Amino acid sequence: MKNRMMMSLLLGSALAALSAGLAAAQDKAVKIGVLSDQSGLYADLGGPGSVLAAQMAAEDSGLAAKGWKIDVISGDHQNKPDIGTSIARQWFDVEKVDTIVDVPNSGVALAVNNVVKEKNGVYINSGAATSDLTNAQCSPNTVHWTYDTYMLAHTTGQALVKAGGDTWFFLTADYAFGAALERDTTAVITANGGKVVGGVKHPLNTPDFSSFLLQAQSSKAKIIGLANAGGDTTNAIKQAAEFGIGKGGQKLAALLLFLTDVKAIGLETAQGLNFTETFYWDANDATRAFSKRFSARIKNGAAPTMVQAGVYAGLLHYFKALEALGGNPHDGVKVVDKMKSMPTDDPLFGKGAIWPNGRTIHSAYLFEVKTPAESKGPWDLYKLVGTVPGDQAFTPLAQSTCALLKK
Amino acid sequence: MQGLYAQLLVGLINGSFYALLSLGLAVIFGMLNIINFAHGALYMMGAFCAYFLLNLLGMNYWYALIIAPIAVGFFGILLERTMLQWLTGLDHLYGLLLTFGLGLIIQGVFQNYFGSSGLPYAIPDQLKGGWNLGFMYLPIYRAWVVFLSLAICLLTWYLIERTRLGAYLRAATENPVLVRAFGINVPRMITLTYGLGVGLAALAGVLSAPINQVRPLMGADLIIVVFAVVVIGGMGSIMGSIITGFALGVIEGLTKYFYPEASNTVVFVLMVLVLLVKPTGLTGRAT
Repeated sequence: MKNRMMMSLLLGSALAALSAGLAAAQDKAVKIGVLSDQSGLYADLGGPGSVLAAQMAAEDSGLAAKGWKIDVISGDHQNKPDIGTSIARQWFDVEKVDTIVDVPNSGVALAVNNVVKEKNGVYINSGAATSDLTNAQCSPNTVHWTYDTYMLAHTTGQALVKAGGDTWFFLTADYAFGAALERDTTAVITANGGKVVGGVKHPLNTPDFSSFLLQAQSSKAKIIGLANAGGDTTNAIKQAAEFGIGKGGQKLAALLLFLTDVKAIGLETAQGLNFTETFYWDANDATRAFSKRFSARIKNGAAPTMVQAGVYAGLLHYFKALEALGGNPHDGVKVVDKMKSMPTDDPLFGKGAIWPNGRTIHSAYLFEVKTPAESKGPWDLYKLVGTVPGDQAFTPLAQSTCALLKK
Repeated sequence: MQGLYAQLLVGLINGSFYALLSLGLAVIFGMLNIINFAHGALYMMGAFCAYFLLNLLGMNYWYALIIAPIAVGFFGILLERTMLQWLTGLDHLYGLLLTFGLGLIIQGVFQNYFGSSGLPYAIPDQLKGGWNLGFMYLPIYRAWVVFLSLAICLLTWYLIERTRLGAYLRAATENPVLVRAFGINVPRMITLTYGLGVGLAALAGVLSAPINQVRPLMGADLIIVVFAVVVIGGMGSIMGSIITGFALGVIEGLTKYFYPEASNTVVFVLMVLVLLVKPTGLTGRAT
């Protein structure tokens, strides 16, 4: 009796191993997990919009007509690294997800980065800002698509220092992202002869900034650098206007500002702000066409943010790589290597490349928020004031501390 | 030192919101024995109400200040009549679960339609600008918030603790059967009390609309702190919740000055300390 049970157990596990072996072979099935903040302060810049972008990428790839089966599932990491990693693990172990996309919130993004590497999946990050993803914490399984803190510091930050803003006070979100953005911007400020005179670290999701703004005011720094994002940035900007920051001669630097943030603040208060993004829906015919389709399908008719655009473009490139491989090898490193070997070219970000450290290179655009008089529609919010070529906007390979480059 | 004065004043401003919200909670808890976890959602509805009045009906802030609390108050009355009244005499847990669920539903509905990043609401023209006090720049709007919340808080306290109506209310809480025997409609009084508490939350929502974003999650972010305020002040104590509201605003403000990283935990640390030393809260009576 005992022997027979042993036999069936062995047989069972042999079968399981066999089927696992079959799954590991090349096939034409791929499963995408969109891991994002679906309900919190970053939900509008990623969230349900990122899920839609992923679905649109799957449809637009044309792979379905060629016999591929693409599944898109989504999860809410609630801005908590522990929840993010447990969803990621469950996706790899139970759901057999191949690729995780989006993942805003640098804290969660770095935690998930380790899981994807351990499970040899593919990680196309669009939502997170920390430049650590392609430097100290880089991984052969990771592509960081849309933007990063180095880029933000070297565009918006540098432009402000060069325009005479040589003393800074930081309002920094107290987690991985804020720290990275403050670090990268401080490097730019000191390299250009400016100095940082002070700063405060505020908890994520702070409703009231008046205490911090008063400290910034009394520091007499010329520039108040906002190293935060989403709802924190909008609250800070709105309340800075209330406390007369602009009238006192100090200037706000919104180092990271998304389309949905500008919309939320309103042009009345946001007008004249300078900041950098890598995508704007109204840039050219291709982006307008995509945005029109996107807005028609999203619940409140919003235009896509650069994070959502990055999810779409990153996945399009991923699907191209899969097609070039002739099937899905279910091997993260292999697919990412293929992605790196092909130049990127998509309707939203244009021509570019993925560098060996996983950094996607494309142009960055300096924008200024329009005045209410200049705006011609509900989402007509930006005007372009400058373009920085991709190889100048992102960390030069020679400076990258990524271990993958030291082979 | 200058900075310190400024932080004290800013703390007072935040304290006004805590006071208004915890006052509403205290009134509801005192009279209905229900811990109203939907309070944050109702506060958010107040702000949205102001936004709708402005953008759909063209009615400005001053109208909103009056209409929003009444409208949301009526919504509260509806909730009380249709759902909460059936919980009379049951364990606190039922009220907690029901109001918590209601709060989540309301919040979810708003989030479904308006996303999470919020809608802009401008400061009314009459209250724009600010005064330079030497040690800080005080926006007129913030001064107005402190003034109005103080006035409303004191008015509510007076209504409940010093008038005949308030005496009926308090008596009805102590012994509803006896009060009914005197010919007073106790259920109606309870309904109106819930409406009043909800109206206070909505008023706080309107007040905060020009300062913060009008966001579906604005209540959820604030309400946890407010619950801590109520616990520290003593559940159901009117004056206790007003004073603790302002005091905790100031303490939080000082923390933001000396050690900003701890500013969102300091209230809870205090709550733990108070519960350890005096479990009924600072002004609470043992029941």
